[in-house]
Amino acid sequence: MNSETKTHPELSDLFNKDEQRVDWHDQTLWWIRQKRDKSAHSIPEWEILREKASEIKNNALSNLADYLVSFEQKALANGIIVHWAADAQEHNEIVHGILQKHGIRKMVKSKSMLTEECHLNEYLEKQGLEVIDSDLGERIVQLAKEPPSHIVLPCIHKKKEEIGDLFHEHLGVPAGTSDPQILTEAARQHLRETFLTRKAALTGVNFAIAETGEFVVCTNEGNADMGAHLADVHIACMGIEKIIPKRKHLGVFLRLLARSATGQPITTYSSHFKKPRAGQEMHLVLVDNGRTIQMGREDFRASLKCIRCGACMNTCPVYRRSGGHSYNYTISGPIGAILAPNLDREKYADLPFASTLCGSCSNVCPVKIDIHQQLYKWRQVIVQEGYATSSKKMSMKIMNYTLSSPSVYRTAGKAGRWVLKYIPFAVNNHFNPWYKQRDMPDAPKESFGEWYKKNVK
Amino acid sequence: MSRDKILAALRQNQPESVPLPSSMPLVRVEILELQAKFKTVAEGIGSTVHLVDEFAAIQPLILARFAEEKRILSTIGELTALPAFELNSDPHTYANVDVAIFKSGLGVAENSALWLTEDQMGIRVLPFITQHIVILIPLSALVPDMHAAYQKIGEAEYDFGTFIAGPSKTADIEQSLVLGAHGPRSMTIFIYA
Amino acid sequence: MKRVGLFIPCYVDQFYPNAGIATYQLLKKLGLDVTYPTGQTCCGQPMANSGFEHLTQDCNQLFVDNFAEFDYIVSPSGSCVLHVKEHLHTAQSENQAAEIRTKVYELVEFLVDVMKVKNLKAKFPHKVGLHQSCHGQRGLLLTQMSELVAPYFSKPQQLLSQVEGLELIELKREDECCGFGGTFCVVEEAVSVKMGKDRVKDHLSNGAEYITGADMSCLMHMEGILKRGNSKVKVLHIAEILNAG
Repeated sequence: MNSETKTHPELSDLFNKDEQRVDWHDQTLWWIRQKRDKSAHSIPEWEILREKASEIKNNALSNLADYLVSFEQKALANGIIVHWAADAQEHNEIVHGILQKHGIRKMVKSKSMLTEECHLNEYLEKQGLEVIDSDLGERIVQLAKEPPSHIVLPCIHKKKEEIGDLFHEHLGVPAGTSDPQILTEAARQHLRETFLTRKAALTGVNFAIAETGEFVVCTNEGNADMGAHLADVHIACMGIEKIIPKRKHLGVFLRLLARSATGQPITTYSSHFKKPRAGQEMHLVLVDNGRTIQMGREDFRASLKCIRCGACMNTCPVYRRSGGHSYNYTISGPIGAILAPNLDREKYADLPFASTLCGSCSNVCPVKIDIHQQLYKWRQVIVQEGYATSSKKMSMKIMNYTLSSPSVYRTAGKAGRWVLKYIPFAVNNHFNPWYKQRDMPDAPKESFGEWYKKNVK
Repeated sequence: MSRDKILAALRQNQPESVPLPSSMPLVRVEILELQAKFKTVAEGIGSTVHLVDEFAAIQPLILARFAEEKRILSTIGELTALPAFELNSDPHTYANVDVAIFKSGLGVAENSALWLTEDQMGIRVLPFITQHIVILIPLSALVPDMHAAYQKIGEAEYDFGTFIAGPSKTADIEQSLVLGAHGPRSMTIFIYA
Repeated sequence: MKRVGLFIPCYVDQFYPNAGIATYQLLKKLGLDVTYPTGQTCCGQPMANSGFEHLTQDCNQLFVDNFAEFDYIVSPSGSCVLHVKEHLHTAQSENQAAEIRTKVYELVEFLVDVMKVKNLKAKFPHKVGLHQSCHGQRGLLLTQMSELVAPYFSKPQQLLSQVEGLELIELKREDECCGFGGTFCVVEEAVSVKMGKDRVKDHLSNGAEYITGADMSCLMHMEGILKRGNSKVKVLHIAEILNAG
């Protein structure tokens, strides 16, 4: 079955067939949320820090064109070759072009959600090139031929035994190995060989500084640095929204990023690339791919402030119980659900509805994106543009007619509690999803309105 | 051309300019408190920290700790008993380095990150490709947090610089922490008065 | 005397009249002039949260017509109150709608912030689990949110602590969503049920005899799961506990 054609509710339903696994997934991510809490609570000025980060990002977005021009100018002066890509296709062609120019057929890559968004690996593989992902989690899902299920923890959905099987098949570890220490060591040996033999390395970008033309890449594994510092050609790819105005602003963002993501005080490496090393070629690709359109949507613009920490996923009670793949988009969870509809409202119509609007995501967001408010607003847009399913539209209209007219409502209430039929959680038959695993409330002998009439007036 | 198209679309769509916020206030923390904080955080993320009274005490400790290791490279001239780093412009020649030793001039107490620039690394790849990393830092170079760190970095020119906090690590397999992902398996820090 | 308009959400009216009655009686005990405008139906939230906010015009107008005259509008549902506060707009009477948005209160916040209730005469000698409904908590700030680095407070707890004999249990996850979410509960049935089951389990494993909260919809969801599991544990709206004994 092709998961591409399935909706979030359908994929979540499949995910929930194995309840123990859902518990495991939920508890693993909740544990990370708790680590985030502990880390945040060690910083008394945490909320001020979030506010500053939000304001810096607001400033960055409101002056993005100028900052990009300034960044480009400085980067060029630093010896970095700068490219601009309007969309995923152009981005992929630029990367391919650079590799072709150097006659390179094999590349090592560190984590870059942008290249996932652009489906770079598939594109290059079609051209006969080989890309090896070097982040351990990304390598694991690459071997499994799956997309990452989480932007920070790409294989959080996989059990160590399954990873052992993959490594047995592809890296030759003994069958039945499941010790994370041993598996990581096997990956280290395999990828070290890769780092040492690749002439091109591609990395993502966490922050790019308009003031200096440098860009910062954060990893725990050191894979971005291993790739970049050994390769003749370093290609860094970034969405245009990754610009921040000044170097000193890194102080704010680097305090927030890792604490929000995993509860670490900082990632192991925060590398500032300003100039290529002697003899190396350094490219930087600036990618739009829908971002300028999102910039024009006032209600959704703030989604461009995202620094990709993944905190909203870890805290999301839906994500934890549906898994990253249920979102069918490169970026899963609440932030993915507000980014995806910008690209394709029809395909991702179900995502803004994959939330109870509980609001926890907005509270953990280090740059204070109003995620749950945007989910609500996307729902309105999706319905008005006609992407709500017709059956849902029908029941909504009937419900609206009932509830906006007191006489119909009250008559209906008396006549076998007509309203029960149209409040979606209260349709009293076995086809109703409510009734599948939940009982109905008991029907009381009288409504509050009837009691009031009898007892008060 | 995409560049102009993107910039034009942004100028059309970006909101009216909003100002930057004021900077986060810089806090003052007593130096021994910084040292204690740094040590606690560093050990919490898997580093080993030695507090030494004088620089001269460091070299014997390194020699003892890494007696078994084959290829040790020091980028610090004062450590005369340790093999000195020599530049080979091919980074691959450092693939078999067991221990690399650096001196940092900036350490951050809140996260135990140490700042190294390319000129302190010898060659960019060295702090990453070595199996074990050792960094020396004078006590006076510790600052409380990242705001103070960037104030100290200021507008310094560097070609490449990095904050390093602990040995390379991953928890990608079921969130089990494993030290030594692709980079160093251990990090040893000497703070000297 | 200040006049209070009682806003009883549609599903509370139809399914949980006791929560409405307790709310009415509590407010009367405080000496307030309480009226239930009988022309009211629904705040329009089920539609709006499903993306049909544009269809809620008539609902909104009806709400304004029913409640504009009161000094306070009080309701035993954080979720409905939040919806009114955030989304009540009408073409014809926007001034009145704007005023309503500032004078509509969820029952707990009304008791704590406006009436400054410090000494409830209530008795409920049971072990009770408090469910923090998200819209009341994160929307109306009834309780400090666990995500934020900020001093703790809880208005529902402040009231429950005044109830004689009541023992509040500790939960493993103090403010996780129950998974009701309006139409979410049927559109995303699998996840909704799993969230509900997990929430209920937290209360059960910590010894709750009753689960309470300021939002009947969450309680209805958890009740549906409790009943399906033949549990003896009951749900009660917080008004019923504050009015007990």
